[in-house]
Amino acid sequence: MDANGATTSSADGGGSNSKASSKKNSRKPKYSRFTQQELPACKPVLTPGLVIATFTIIGVVFIPLGLVSLSASEHVVEIVDRYDDSCVPPNYSNDKLKFIQNADTNKSCIRILPVPKLMKKPVYIYYQLDNYYQNHRRYVKSRSDKQLRSKSAANDISDCTPEDKTKDGPIVPCGLVAWSLFNDTYGFSLDSKMIQVNKHNIAWKSDKDHKFGDDVYPKNFQTGGLIGGAKLNSSLPLSEQEDLMVWMRTAALPTFRKLYGKIDEDLPANKKIQVEIQNNYNTYSFGGKKKLVLSTTSWIGGKNDFLGIAYIIVGGLCLFLAVFFILLYVIKPRPLGDPSYLSWNRTPSGGQPN
Amino acid sequence: MGGGRRRKRRFSRIHAFTCGKTSFKGDHSLIGGPGFSRVVYCNEPECFEASLLSYGGNYVTSTKYTLVTFFPKSLFEQFRRVANSYFLICAVLSFTPLSPYSPVSNVLPLLVVIGATMGKEAVEDWKRKKQDIEVNNRKVEVHQGDGVFELTKWMDLRVGDIVKVEKDEFFPADLILLSSSYDEAICYVETMNLDGETNLKLKQAPEATSDLHEDSSFQNFKAVIRCEDPNANLYSFVGSLEFREEQYPLSPQQLLLRDSKLRNTDYIYGAVIFTGRDTKVIQNSTEPPSKRSKIEKRMDTIVYFLFAFLVVLSIIGSIFFGVATREDMENGKMTRWYLRPDETAIYYDPERATVAAILQFLTALMLYSYLIPISLYVSIEIVKVLQSIFINQDLHMYYEEADKPARARTSNLNEELGQVDTILSDKTGTLTCNSMEFIKCSVAGTSYGHGITEVERALAWRKGSPLAREVMEVEGQIEEFKEKKLSVKGFNFVDERIMNGNWINEPRADVIQKFLRLLAICHTAIPEVDEETGRISYEAESPDEASFVVAARELGFEFYERTQTNISLYEFDPVSGKKVERSYNLLNILDFSSSRKRMSVIVRNKEGKLLLLCKGADSVMFERLAKNGQEFAKQTKEHIAEYADAGLRTLVVAYREIDEEEYVEFNEKFTEAKNQVNADREEMIEEVAGNIEKDLILLGATAVEDKLQNGVPECIDKLAQAGIKIWVLTGDKMETAINIGFACSLLRQGMKQIVINSDTPENKALEKSGDKSAAAVAFKESILRQIAEGKRLLSSSSEKSEAVALIVDGKSLIYALEDDVRDVFLELAIGCASVICCRSSPKQKALVTRLVKTKTGSTTLAIGDGANDVGMLQEADIGVGISGVEGMQAVMSSDIAIAQFRFLERLLLVHGHWCYRRISSMICYFFYKNIAFGFTIFFYEVYASFSGQAVYNDWFLSLYNVFFTSLPVIALGVFDQDVSSRLCLKFPLLYQEGIQNVLFSWLRILAWSFNGVLSATIIFFFCIRAMQHQAFRKGGEVAGLEVLGTTMYTCVVWVVNCQMALSISYFTYIQHLFIWGGIVCWYIFLIAYGAMDPDISTTAYHVFIEACAPAGSYWLLTLLVLITSLLPYFVYSAIQMRFFPLYHQMIQWIRSDGQSDDPEYCRMVRQRSLRPTTVGLTARFEAK
Repeated sequence: MDANGATTSSADGGGSNSKASSKKNSRKPKYSRFTQQELPACKPVLTPGLVIATFTIIGVVFIPLGLVSLSASEHVVEIVDRYDDSCVPPNYSNDKLKFIQNADTNKSCIRILPVPKLMKKPVYIYYQLDNYYQNHRRYVKSRSDKQLRSKSAANDISDCTPEDKTKDGPIVPCGLVAWSLFNDTYGFSLDSKMIQVNKHNIAWKSDKDHKFGDDVYPKNFQTGGLIGGAKLNSSLPLSEQEDLMVWMRTAALPTFRKLYGKIDEDLPANKKIQVEIQNNYNTYSFGGKKKLVLSTTSWIGGKNDFLGIAYIIVGGLCLFLAVFFILLYVIKPRPLGDPSYLSWNRTPSGGQPN
Repeated sequence: MGGGRRRKRRFSRIHAFTCGKTSFKGDHSLIGGPGFSRVVYCNEPECFEASLLSYGGNYVTSTKYTLVTFFPKSLFEQFRRVANSYFLICAVLSFTPLSPYSPVSNVLPLLVVIGATMGKEAVEDWKRKKQDIEVNNRKVEVHQGDGVFELTKWMDLRVGDIVKVEKDEFFPADLILLSSSYDEAICYVETMNLDGETNLKLKQAPEATSDLHEDSSFQNFKAVIRCEDPNANLYSFVGSLEFREEQYPLSPQQLLLRDSKLRNTDYIYGAVIFTGRDTKVIQNSTEPPSKRSKIEKRMDTIVYFLFAFLVVLSIIGSIFFGVATREDMENGKMTRWYLRPDETAIYYDPERATVAAILQFLTALMLYSYLIPISLYVSIEIVKVLQSIFINQDLHMYYEEADKPARARTSNLNEELGQVDTILSDKTGTLTCNSMEFIKCSVAGTSYGHGITEVERALAWRKGSPLAREVMEVEGQIEEFKEKKLSVKGFNFVDERIMNGNWINEPRADVIQKFLRLLAICHTAIPEVDEETGRISYEAESPDEASFVVAARELGFEFYERTQTNISLYEFDPVSGKKVERSYNLLNILDFSSSRKRMSVIVRNKEGKLLLLCKGADSVMFERLAKNGQEFAKQTKEHIAEYADAGLRTLVVAYREIDEEEYVEFNEKFTEAKNQVNADREEMIEEVAGNIEKDLILLGATAVEDKLQNGVPECIDKLAQAGIKIWVLTGDKMETAINIGFACSLLRQGMKQIVINSDTPENKALEKSGDKSAAAVAFKESILRQIAEGKRLLSSSSEKSEAVALIVDGKSLIYALEDDVRDVFLELAIGCASVICCRSSPKQKALVTRLVKTKTGSTTLAIGDGANDVGMLQEADIGVGISGVEGMQAVMSSDIAIAQFRFLERLLLVHGHWCYRRISSMICYFFYKNIAFGFTIFFYEVYASFSGQAVYNDWFLSLYNVFFTSLPVIALGVFDQDVSSRLCLKFPLLYQEGIQNVLFSWLRILAWSFNGVLSATIIFFFCIRAMQHQAFRKGGEVAGLEVLGTTMYTCVVWVVNCQMALSISYFTYIQHLFIWGGIVCWYIFLIAYGAMDPDISTTAYHVFIEACAPAGSYWLLTLLVLITSLLPYFVYSAIQMRFFPLYHQMIQWIRSDGQSDDPEYCRMVRQRSLRPTTVGLTARFEAK
């Protein structure tokens, strides 16, 4: 349309045209700060003041944050015990696989864990697996969330092969994740008194309420040829199978911990806890480690100094940079805008000054 | 000429060269043969024979698509882009089990991107469609039988229709002129839309049909036209008309082309022969070459690099995956038993690990596709369209007088505007207004006229005060005068000695009278009387001719009517002191031609005397003077030299009385020559004319100023300071070109001039000898010698740091542009401060442009206004059209149209610089953000045994490019400014950043990519270290895949957006809105998406509300990662800003410091900015 307008008006020719068109609507652009690109704007420039101030502020904020995080992490008491090797009887130590795959061997194993410091309740019990790729694509995809949620979707097993169905019908819960459910168990006693392990509320609330149905019951689970891991109580709906829920939240990394339960009492310092482990789970075939972890938490979570240390290092670095820049500006003040820095002035084209 | 009555006019006698007879010779014998098969049954388009031929209708489409072809065709266009077809393959593959994510989430971004681009195509095509509809529905009168003409839509025209076109209407199709309102059956046609020429062209119908003057005469009209098939040649046509059982030849003389306009003729009748697609103008319309900017080309290269990189990553990943998969089975036993390697599909089968690895390679290709910015192309297109809107909207580039804003016709080249290295400029209409003003004359050895030219003004300013004051005074007078009397276009002459009839008191009043009379008679202009005001305006072939007639009118010799035989004037009669009517019997016009360099008319005055009035270039005129006619020759020559120095165009005027016998003899020969039809015709006419144009008596000389446009010298000065080279390519003669060179300060006194000229006496002698090949060889040798000499001069002056100018004429250019010479020539030309090519043809202009473009590899910008510049505009990297008076041809083939040359300054230094900066930062940033994102995905694979599991939720992945990070980049591309427009213009050297391509160098791209990898590394490793296996919050829960993914994604969004905030230097509310809005959007999305049913939100279900938000470590981690990722860039830019500032950063300094803070610094930068230039006003001052 535009182009055409231009053609005809110019073809009219001559000076009468401009008068005529101004009488009509002029094509003069309307003024606005927006169209003229003159919007009010903040134009920050990295002045020495700004640079130094930024570094200082970061340093001043980060170091305290780091100290607080570090102390939070330091307050966490953590007991880690690797038991996969030691829980294999010496006569099987050359063929651990045979031990673990033999249903008849006695899998129970006693471990004594000293409590280094007072562990305030709740004390969380984790199992830690190493070199276990729960994040393998085949593994992650091998589940049916629909089936887990509602009874009616029991046949939604397309992603679950090979653990999708038995000859009696679909497996609930289907898929490799559920099938490989962790099945070591731990019993704790302190001074030969049993410690209650609270296995409630170890899963995410959203899992219990929304993702695992209260009308879905395990069916045909672990009845196939190959038994993977733990069996489920088929009289309990999935929404109450918290171990399964915890297991089915896929871990992000090949080394991961999962919540086993909680101990709702303080563990006094310097006492020894006796743990009776049923060492059922096969990590031997792929060389994975198993660890039992008892830990308290603080506001920052479990024991991990990384955040605190990183904050302190970055904060310190910033303070250092602030000093560095101050020195730079003092020792080597700004060269007076010497454009010889500009690459194109090094090789002058055309005429040379003077 | 109005009134509609037909008058006997014998134009054919007047126009010696244009109105030749045509006969059945040569080409006409081809009719009926191959290529000449068209048969048109005039006035019976429905007859049986015509229906057999079924020529197409007159419907014209300029659209790219139709409703049916839109989807297939535009989709095809889309997927021709490698990146897009890659994403299409990914989308297809995502429906297979290979896909690492859900198909919907993968297809959606592609759909958005393709949809947006197709939408843009559709809108553009719809605009074209609307224009088509308008054109197709124009109406014209068509014969409906029985002598009745009715208005019919253009698109309903058929071949063979008889149409009647009225004055000032466009022709609806290609027509054969049958008759017109004139008895002679001639008509005037304006072909501005075709070739940009504003002059009128004369067409004449075959004699046989010229008497069909009434509608009713077509009642029983029957004729058959046989002619050539449709072709694109505008200037040739061969056909024959069979009428009343006789054959008449048809030539271009009878052809009226679509899109040209009927002028000065009340109506014509014509037969439609070519319709719609077959018309010459549409056959001629070539697709404009699609131009892509250098930045985009480089961007493509980077995309290919990224592809290669992606393939490498995928190969590495799939090798590792293959090894891991093979190890899943050891001696028939499963190792990673939980993956069930014993019972698996091919994708994970340890037995066939190689195949699995190859398939995994495809998965990896899809997974790492986030390295390639899918939205890059579409974002750039959006940004460029918005940038063009800003260019169109710029008030500083709006030309009030013509009501013309700047118009970016393509948005492809915005950033190229910031990289222009060489400007190739047309002269007439570009540097100059193409308005000739009669400013001085020399009559009888006396120079008249006080007008002051641009050149004189500039020189006066340079020379200093006394003359400048004088100039000011004179200018004051002129201004006063102009105020009193309305200024007349083409007339800028002030001299009370001649004006208002005062010339009769001058000593040689008789000569002055003859001089003015000659100006009023000797021309081919046509007067047009404005019926309301009674004022007369003139249609002339060239503006300088018009200026003569206007000057004669203003000085008392008003030319008011032209008939075939008479020219009538109102003359000021010195005896009675009144205006008297006087008419001259016009006998012959001897037209102007470039070889003759003169034109004459032969008239008989009332007293019966025969006069030959002649005007022409000094070089041909002085040798034709009679011995007794040289009374004022010496003074006149001096004046002419003076005028030329002042940059004026001069013509010598002379006359001669002829006796009756001589005329009769001449007329016989002349008529004979005119009636020739062979190739020698022109030569014969020239010879005959030359024989009578001799023994002339000199009257004087005229000087016409080719006015420079406003602000041209200043603009050129600014551009020169920006380091842009300016070449002038003009069709004008060398003297004029040099004059304009001086006027624009491209040349100055003291500048060494290398002139390569073929007009040397020995060359002329060679040419005359007739041996053309020998002459060519000699020419070439002479050119080579001159070039070699020039180079010697150049090297000697570069030691003395003197500026050198190169001036080449067209004939020399022919040889200089030959394959074996052009490299040497270019070397010489590049060494020179300014280059002026004169007498160059349109093709040579294009060739020179191509030479500069391809050989130096630098960006060229061509600017011009006429049809002769089209080739140059299309050839250059950027073509800028001046939307001036000379038609639309240049504008239509340009990339950007501006109204005045001086707007180029703002277009390049401000918009060009900004766009260059914006686009290059935008692309760098795009790669940064995608590399940062893509690498987190890759790093995660290392921890997921390269199985192809993505760390992020599917929808996080797919919305990354189109949602969370796209708007800030677009805002960057549209709004960012390093320095304000005022400072851009103040420090023109800033433009060098574009020419040197500082902001889009490989190093910079690499640095940004490295920054991306660095950010990804920090984000990924900090996140997995902080959230490894321990509880991440008070409740004792550990971070699973979904929490880690969300946290990492949060970090990416923060880092990428804040990196943007850090790297831009211009925050308006829009930037704030988009950058911070992008981050806020992410949280809103997270909450909203997390609140959806778990079936939809899958792993993101309640992840923020339940898991992340209440965890202190999530927030602490975000802050830590954010600051740490930005630190490297921040430190780098703090150091660079302070110690190695780029030019724009220095200017930012000055601005933020305030000028007064550090005057020394400011002065330093500014002074260096006004760098020693070799051309331009500043250079002139300094050269003093």
